[in-house]
Amino acid sequence: MNIDKRIADDLAANGVSFVTTVPCKQLAGVIEEIDQRDDIFHIPSNKEDEGMGLCAGAWMGGKRPAIIMQNTAIGVTINTLATLIQYYRMPLPMLISYRGELREPVACQVEMAVHTKALLGQLNIPTYHFHWQRDVEEFDNILKYTFMCNKPVAILTDANFWGGYGDQ
Amino acid sequence: MIRSEILKEIAPILRNELVVCNIGIPSQELHAIDDQPSNFYMLGTMGLASSIGLGLALAQPKPVIVIDGDGSILTNLGTLPTIGNNAPGNYILMIIDNGSYGSTGDQPTYTSQRTDLAGMARAAGCARVVEVQDKDTGPALEDALASGEATVLVVKCDSGNAKMPVITMDPVVIRDRFMKAVAG
Repeated sequence: MNIDKRIADDLAANGVSFVTTVPCKQLAGVIEEIDQRDDIFHIPSNKEDEGMGLCAGAWMGGKRPAIIMQNTAIGVTINTLATLIQYYRMPLPMLISYRGELREPVACQVEMAVHTKALLGQLNIPTYHFHWQRDVEEFDNILKYTFMCNKPVAILTDANFWGGYGDQ
Repeated sequence: MIRSEILKEIAPILRNELVVCNIGIPSQELHAIDDQPSNFYMLGTMGLASSIGLGLALAQPKPVIVIDGDGSILTNLGTLPTIGNNAPGNYILMIIDNGSYGSTGDQPTYTSQRTDLAGMARAAGCARVVEVQDKDTGPALEDALASGEATVLVVKCDSGNAKMPVITMDPVVIRDRFMKAVAG
């Protein structure tokens, strides 16, 4: 299974046509796939809160948005999630590279990984953790759920899900 | 002129357009001067007016005017390259540059010293950047609308705020009526 194409196909099948990204090594393939597709507009952001602003505007303009980012960004987007996305009740699928989990080679990444689920839990953000490649089968349902309830929803995807990376 | 005087003067232009307005006193002033369903008032989230407006302009064809501030742009400087590389012709970013953080007590921003937002916007890749004095805002805004080009309009004015009530409208109501105005 080409996981990058599967994710992009599910986004497109759910009408997601506006995607902003902040890069991550694990996400490089899916970002490239989205960038190449004609049915999804890709706009890179310089920071994740900026990207959430873009998504908020796109949704009010009639598009279904999504953001692709690293979990470290949960640390810089809490205010935006609480006072923009949640306060105005907007849907936002967040496909998140869960750095610092199993098969992570960089120790510093673990420092935000240990806070990630607690922070998302504190914000009452529905959170899913993809660890095995087959977990991607839930992605379509998660997207439908997100646009049904107009909430931000986190999909944490760890290194094991992406098949690992680098020499390890 | 201070910001509220500029907003009063350009209210007849704004009334017919989609407006995304910066958090704090700017939104309170616009709401008190001329509340419209086509105004999106930010109640929180410092810095993101320009980004919300850009997403909106990219998603649909109507003109979008963002009323932003110098402090807000400085909070989210990464917005300028994103605008410079992606903004469509229906996007107008109007930065009311009064050199101060108005909503928090008029503490000076760096634009009151050596920092030049118009220069930064140009360096970030924004093609049409116009800087005007407060009294010339109306014609410059009309020019920007007529140009059909993405425009960053930096309006230099005095620091100061009008005393206006806090917005008590529910955020979901603000958002819902705004989306109906967008779609209408």
